Parts: sequence; structure tokens; C-alpha cells
Amino acid sequence: MRSLYISLVSEFYKSRKTLAFWAAILLPVIICSLVTFGFYSNSEKLVKMNYPGMLLWVQYIGATLNVMGMLIMPFYVIFMAFSVNNIEHKNDTWKTLFAQPLNKFSIYAAKYLYAILLILICLFLFAALSFSFGHLLQALVPKLSFNQYNPSTFLISSYTKLFLSSLGILSLQFIISLIWADFLKPMGIGFVGTIMGIVTAALKWQYAYLIPYSLPALALQVTRVKKGGDPLDFEIFTREIWTSLIYAAVLFTIGYFIVSKKSIK
Amino acid sequence: MSNFAIETVGLNYNFGNQTVVKDLSLQVPTGSIYGFLGPNGAGKTTTIKILLNLLQSPADQVFVFGKEINSNRIATLKRVGALVEQPAIYGHLTGKENLINRCILLGIRKSKSDEMLALVGLTEAANKKSNKYSLGMKQRLGIALALVSDPELLLLDEPTNGLDPNGIIEVRNLMIDLATKHKKTILVSSHLLAEIERTATHVGIINKGQLLFQGTINELHLLSKPMLEIEIDNIEHAAEFLANSGYQIADQTDKKILIPYTSSKDSGTINTLLIQNGFTVSSLYQQRKDLENLFLDITKNN
Repeated sequence: MRSLYISLVSEFYKSRKTLAFWAAILLPVIICSLVTFGFYSNSEKLVKMNYPGMLLWVQYIGATLNVMGMLIMPFYVIFMAFSVNNIEHKNDTWKTLFAQPLNKFSIYAAKYLYAILLILICLFLFAALSFSFGHLLQALVPKLSFNQYNPSTFLISSYTKLFLSSLGILSLQFIISLIWADFLKPMGIGFVGTIMGIVTAALKWQYAYLIPYSLPALALQVTRVKKGGDPLDFEIFTREIWTSLIYAAVLFTIGYFIVSKKSIK
Repeated sequence: MSNFAIETVGLNYNFGNQTVVKDLSLQVPTGSIYGFLGPNGAGKTTTIKILLNLLQSPADQVFVFGKEINSNRIATLKRVGALVEQPAIYGHLTGKENLINRCILLGIRKSKSDEMLALVGLTEAANKKSNKYSLGMKQRLGIALALVSDPELLLLDEPTNGLDPNGIIEVRNLMIDLATKHKKTILVSSHLLAEIERTATHVGIINKGQLLFQGTINELHLLSKPMLEIEIDNIEHAAEFLANSGYQIADQTDKKILIPYTSSKDSGTINTLLIQNGFTVSSLYQQRKDLENLFLDITKNN
């Protein structure tokens, strides 16, 4: 447990000056700001439409969430899985890392957990910023109806789903990035996978849920279907989420098997 | 309990079909500076990686401080510091941050990083990004990283690689210091015999994965008898004259004669003798065998 904690602290220490770490913070700030700015410049129209509070929130949050779920989230996850491993590939530091008196599982699990943590931070910021920027919009344009509804449950459920549904991709990409040192393989496979995921999810192919890359989009589709109803209504642990979790657990175990047998050349 | 910090027993290692290490039986005495000598590709780095359990060795072939490495990986690594190949350094971090990161991993106080930087003379470059370091600075940072845990056993893979003469001397003195004052055991690999001769107490010579020689530095010196190289005119006559005077001619080219070196006094006598007999001696010096010739000798003897 101690060596897991130590490895995790070290992961943070190593990456705190890298783009991978800052992306977790910058990405939500930039996207939420852009969406908020878009809403602000369109505020007259929005006031005219006179949406009820809930619908306004769903539209506002959905604007960020759709872009995220479809495209950015898979790529962000692919990038995270890549950069956590690449920091060792690039500096040729696997050998020193595994020559430390720490058990191999801790080193591996810390890397994996750190990638998850970055995604969690990123999504948390998305949710928190959506919430606060929405209220900021309300303060700037008092005629809007953001204050009529409390979106926290909707935000939490949606982003929890998005987070859980991305774990499958993370685990798969994590293994790919662990094995191959170059940039093109994980990115190439990830790119093709993501496109495939988007297409199969959009076409509502009945087996789309078996492709890890389509899970974020699928998870959000289910959310969207019911957006007219009570947003509290939707279930978090749907089939997509379970598939993602099973993928994550199985691939995490395989990854450890690879690490423990791996000879560092 | 053996007196060996490192002991391998008939160690074999293959990369696929290629045998990299063959029946290797290293014995590194505790407290020694063990020079691990061999040409590039002889299996030195592979052996060091096996000693760090980076490459999986067969069971019961590798013992560090008397303990089998595969079943005592963490306990063993706690007592070992290493510099393998090019130093593994995070380029986007400064030298100091690299050391702090290692302190975090080892669970030791971070102030140790300053001490290490001072030890290897990088205090002034402490806050410079390490990918801006010169090769020599990287090497020194690598040594600092190996030393930060204050390990009992140091594995240094060509630590003077890329260092300037000053740096080489510093590393050499550091190693001697660590072994004599701090009672560390050091295994240092190199492909330069002269480099090893200056520091090592014990030597192992490896070629094509096989140990050709293992023993103390004095035993090695007995093997690599120095020669007296005489550059002289009228070489045929000179050789004949020397042979008649009772000297053994080891080798003869069209410019030089080689005879076994005995002492500097004898060298002087030979010089006087030659000059008195009308030969012109342009140079006369003691020549040590280089690694290549030493290999030839050792393999011949085997």
C-alpha cells in the first residue's frame, strides 16, 4: 500500500510540468469557457425562447457533454494512457523505475490509477465549471432561467457515466501504450477505434456496446433519450457501463501480467 | 554465508536463440571494486540488468548478498544502486527534481538531493532542465541517482562514458573513496583495461558472454606482462645483438623490437648497451598490453 502511494506521488511529481497534467485542467476550462461565451453572445435569443430552467440547463450542459462524449473524451483518454507511459519510454526510464525497491504491481497500478485520476479531475472540473459558469451566465444575464433549476444531480450522473464508460478505452489504450514506445501505434489504433465507435454508436448497431470506443457515446445517448423527462430518471449502471467496467478489470489484469513478465531490455 | 556481494552460479541468459551470457560464474567480494571488463556486446549490460532483476534469471543462479535474487527482489534492490547504460533521466525535470523524484520513490528525505548534487559537482546546474545537460553532466547525475539511497552495492555500467579527463578522474576518485571510506562494494563495467586497472581491486573479463578471467588485479598483472618497446635503427642487427646478449625477443617489426619488461633499471642497461654498440635508439618505453592482446593471450592460455 505504501509503495503504491509512493509511486502515485512520484507520478504526480514527474508529470506536473507536462502537457498531460495541464490538459486535465486546461481542457475543461477552455471548452466550458467557449460554450459559456457562445451562450452569452446568444443570450438575447435564449431569453426570447424563454426556456424553462431545466431545459436551459440540459441544453447548456449538453453542448459541452456532446462534444466531450463523442470526440474529445475518447481522444483525451487515449492521450492520457499514452502520456503516462510515454514519460518512461521517452526518457528510457523503465529500467530505473523497475530497479527501485518497489513491487511491480505498485508501479503499474500507480500509473494506471494516475491516468484515472487525471480523467477524474478533468471530468470533475467539467461538471464544476458547467455549474459555476451557468450561474455566472445567470448573474450576467438576469433574465435567463438558470436559477429555476438545480442541475447538480444531472451533472453528477452524466459525468459519472461518462467517466465510467471511458475506463474500457483507458485500459485498452494503456496496454497498447505500455507495450509500444512509439506515438503512432497507440494514436493510430485509438483514432481508428474512436471513429469506429462513433459510427457504430450513431448507427445504433446492436453490438456496438462491445466496442470500448463506442461506450462514451452510447452512454450519453441513453441520457439524451430521456432528456425531455426528469433527468433524475436515468440509470447510471446501464449495460454500457458494465461492459466498460468489465473491459477495464480484465485488461488491467492482463496489463499487470504483461508488466510482471516483461524483461526490460 | 558467503563473502561475496554478488555471486552467480553458472548463469545462462538467452535473447531468443542468441546466447548472451553463458555459464557465467561471477564472484564479487564484499568491499571490492570489481572491474567488469569486456568489449562492447560482450554481455556486460545484460549481466548488470540480470543483477537488477530487470531481466529474469533462472532460479538459483544469481545471488546478491547471499540471497537468491528472484525470490528476494525488493530486499535486494534496497541495498543496490545502479547506473545502467545511458543514465535514465527525466529530461523535462531539472537535475534536482530528478533526484527529488528518486527520494520520493525511495522514501528518503528530499534534502538528500542537495548533498548528492554537491557530491557530483552539479550544484550550480541543479535547477537546469536535465535535457539541457551535457553528456558528462547526465552521467554525473546518473551516478548521483545511483548513490542517493546510500546503497551497499553499486552497479555502474561504463560510468566514465562521455566524461572529459577531469570528470573521469573525479569518478575514479569517487569510486575509490566510496569503497575505502564508506565500505561499499562497486561493480564497474568498462571496455577499457587502463580505466579498470586504476581503480579495481578485482577484475572479471567477459567476452561473448563467457568469463575468460576472474581474479585480483595482481593476478591480472601477472597475466598481462608488460613489454619493453625499443624503436631502433638497423633492426636486424640490433635483434641479433640483443638475442646474443641473452635477451628474449618477444616480437619484432621493421621498426621496433619487443622484449619482456623487467625493471626500469634493466631498461636503462639495455639502452646503454645498445648505444655503446653503435645503435641509434629513438625511443624506449614500457608498453602494457591492451585489452585486445590480453584477450588473445587469455584465450590462448585457455
